[in-house]
Amino acid sequence: MTTVSLTVNGQSVTADVDPRTLLVQFLRDNLRLTGTHVGCDTSQCGACVVHLNGQAVKSCTVLAVQANANIVTTIEGISQGGELHPMQAAFREHHGLQCGYCTPGMIMAAIDIVNRKGNALDEQTIRTELEGNLCRCTGYHNIVKAVAAGAQAMAQTPLRQAAE
Amino acid sequence: MTATGIGAPVRRKEDQRFVTGQGRYVDDFNRPGQTYAYFLRSPHAHATIRSINTGPAKIMPGVVAIFTGDDLAADKIGGLICGWMIHSKDGSPMKAGPHPALAQGKVRYVGDHVAVVIAETLAQAKDAAEAIVVDYEVLPAVADTAQATKSSVQIHDVSPDNTVFNWHLGNKDETEAAFARAKHVTKIDLVNNRLVPNALEPRAALGEYDPGNDNYTLYTTSQNPHVARLVLSAFIGVAPEHKLRVIAPDVGGGFGSKIFIYAEETVCVWAAKKVKRPVKWTSDRTEAFLSDAHGRDHVTHAEMATDENGKIIGLRVHTIANLGAYLSTFSSSVPTYLYAPLLSGQYDIPAIYCEVDAVYTNTAPVDAYRGAGRPEATFVVERLVEKTARELGQDPAELRRKNYVTQFPHQTPVIMAYDTGDYAASLDKALELADYKTFPQRKQESARRGKLRGIGFSSYIEACGIAPSQAVGSLGAGVGLWESAEVRVNPTGSVEVLTGSHSHGQGHETTFAQLVSDRLGIPIDQVSIVHGDTDKVQFGMGTYGSRSGAVGMSAIAKAIDKVIAKGKKVAAHVLEASEGDIEFKDGKFGVAGTDKTLGFGEVALQAYIAHKFSGQDLEPGLKEGAFYDPTNFTFPAGVHICEVEIDPDTGVTKIERWTAVDDFGVIINPMIVEGQVHGGIAQGVGQALLEGAFYDQSGQLITASFNDYCMPRAIDLPSFQVGMTVTPCPSNPLGIKGCGEAGAIAAPPAVINAITDALGHEDIAMPATPQAVWRAAQKTRMPMAAE
Repeated sequence: MTTVSLTVNGQSVTADVDPRTLLVQFLRDNLRLTGTHVGCDTSQCGACVVHLNGQAVKSCTVLAVQANANIVTTIEGISQGGELHPMQAAFREHHGLQCGYCTPGMIMAAIDIVNRKGNALDEQTIRTELEGNLCRCTGYHNIVKAVAAGAQAMAQTPLRQAAE
Repeated sequence: MTATGIGAPVRRKEDQRFVTGQGRYVDDFNRPGQTYAYFLRSPHAHATIRSINTGPAKIMPGVVAIFTGDDLAADKIGGLICGWMIHSKDGSPMKAGPHPALAQGKVRYVGDHVAVVIAETLAQAKDAAEAIVVDYEVLPAVADTAQATKSSVQIHDVSPDNTVFNWHLGNKDETEAAFARAKHVTKIDLVNNRLVPNALEPRAALGEYDPGNDNYTLYTTSQNPHVARLVLSAFIGVAPEHKLRVIAPDVGGGFGSKIFIYAEETVCVWAAKKVKRPVKWTSDRTEAFLSDAHGRDHVTHAEMATDENGKIIGLRVHTIANLGAYLSTFSSSVPTYLYAPLLSGQYDIPAIYCEVDAVYTNTAPVDAYRGAGRPEATFVVERLVEKTARELGQDPAELRRKNYVTQFPHQTPVIMAYDTGDYAASLDKALELADYKTFPQRKQESARRGKLRGIGFSSYIEACGIAPSQAVGSLGAGVGLWESAEVRVNPTGSVEVLTGSHSHGQGHETTFAQLVSDRLGIPIDQVSIVHGDTDKVQFGMGTYGSRSGAVGMSAIAKAIDKVIAKGKKVAAHVLEASEGDIEFKDGKFGVAGTDKTLGFGEVALQAYIAHKFSGQDLEPGLKEGAFYDPTNFTFPAGVHICEVEIDPDTGVTKIERWTAVDDFGVIINPMIVEGQVHGGIAQGVGQALLEGAFYDQSGQLITASFNDYCMPRAIDLPSFQVGMTVTPCPSNPLGIKGCGEAGAIAAPPAVINAITDALGHEDIAMPATPQAVWRAAQKTRMPMAAE
């Protein structure tokens, strides 16, 4: 067993883990943060996307020990004071989800796209940037709309962006 | 229309938990003392098991137990079942081979279940599974649909030539006569490619046993938990029905694949009692590819006869349908009664004859996948109509219009009685939205850039609202296909609706609440929808076949009517009026012709305190249940138009425009309905351009991961233009037809018709990958650039 210490959603966490434990397993099994999902075993689907030091990563391809002394944010950690993050609100407003399984990864990936590409995202950019995330329900039509709207809304809430 | 009533695009109630990571899927549940199951699966497509030595594995760290088929047999656990009996042309019943949950003496496909290891951790279970020694005698295998009956391989003792049944529908003599007098006959050979449903949430099961009460609980990824309970108890014999609680919590997509009762959930609930601890299994994606029921997999030859006026006078179809190595829960119904009755399409075709040969192969079982039989039928009809138009030199839209059914009700020669529709209205609207008139200019402009542009139609119909119980019973179904609902009004006036439908992405918690809010005149946040737990909900049939609106909501509507009727009785006592004078309007019970009214909540309270009436005159309480059995199938229909541009140098097909005009009858929530259309189209485009499950000759699945099986991504799809026409469905009280499968049914022929239009020849199969299209494009003589 190996000891890992990291910050998850603003809280310090220390645990003993089997060295082969993946970050996604650590989040789901040790911390019971089950909003981060596993949809494949080949790093293709993106249901497990979280932020590691502010950048999107697939938590199925990161060992928990690699996250030692780092900062992890999951879908459970992005709304503040009971208010949805603008990207969460946009997914709801634009019906960017159906079964909800890919949704946490989509939202975490979308926030990362905005962080990298800015708040004015055209359709082509969004579709290209979503290459790492699969959705089987929506046909992406409303996800694209949600990401565009969420990106614009994030521009109006600079404080939240900084916090994220 | 109120802001939350029928027809309003209400934002979904369930989304709060999904966007915050608070959804609760099966794998999110953990029970005290839980163990982990891992299934050892066959690496061979076909083999006799000489012996299984679990000795070395049993002493591995963390191993709790290892079970094989012998252990299930010793406990008299039955095999998995197929619940729809099909009879062959000669009257003989289908040949159903045994389907044990864990192999008994033989394995029949790669991924077949050989043993289960139960351990303290999943890693320990996997490690131990590697130490199990199985002595296989590998047998030759057959995986190819068209070769199944010609092969010397015999998969089941009951079927020497791998035939499950030779079934037919329609009138052969009349059809032959129509072809004899035809002016033109269009012929086509089609492969409807095998697909893997790939709901993003893999299947999972968590079984638990309570020895104190002899109760079993199964958390499972199911679209129909009551059906799962019935099958697990009455047929497989895992536990008595009243002792087994099946919970299907949030389920991450189904598309048919979670209708069926599988080996893994059977084993988990059985093993929980054996090891006296909860047993959890979660599929990984590779296991899902190997062992989820696949979809489609037809090989078809079809011919369409037309007269001198371009009227379709006959259709004959021969299909070989691959059902895999075992008959899954509803597999036999898919290439038969969900397929051939749709071969009339939207057209007035006087004579149709269809033969279906269903076969076993050494592949995963094949069963219903979004559309289930109807996409296969639509592909046959719409490819043939398009090809006929080309061969006759007619506009494909106008040839369709000429042949549309225009008088309703319309009895087809293949069972179905279409109740209502206006197919020309959908076509007109689609042509306008697609800007069809200016397509030639766009084609010319593409040609100038060296690109091939094509346009393709799909004028689809489906039979949904599944289904009148007597009708399906006469066709071989083992169950009725009604739905149930219970409307519980609380003393405070809030309402819980318990429904036998199950939501796994469809948004029932919102749409069903809209109906209740609309009918009872109460705020939508006063309504809760309860589903997916056999301990809470009365028996129900579940969600598939685009049935939850037409059938499930009709049951709710019926129960609401009873609640209102009972509320009138209560109000009559309270208002001291005669029951016949009580009216219910806008959420208030009032005495006709007076201003005396009682709010819905007040009547609810009065019903429960029961102070204003004698319990002998009127039962206290306000709770009503209903079972609704539909009187007919429903017939959603529409027109989809796909416009593509092909780069002949790379073979890449880009969908430039997608126009969908659908008639789903009355729509409860247009936002959700459009979302269903989008998702269906994406799966249909996936089938047409990207997806295909392929087995090699030895029966190895060579597309068993997302690296090898090409799922549609955002960049592969356009935004969709979705329009609606409405003819209310006359056969249910809400006028709903259903929308869940339309896109997946409509899309494949629209795409392939567009590609073949662009190519100028018909030689392309699904999936039309860049490589396939590039090859096909080399046959196409490029028009000279008009410069």
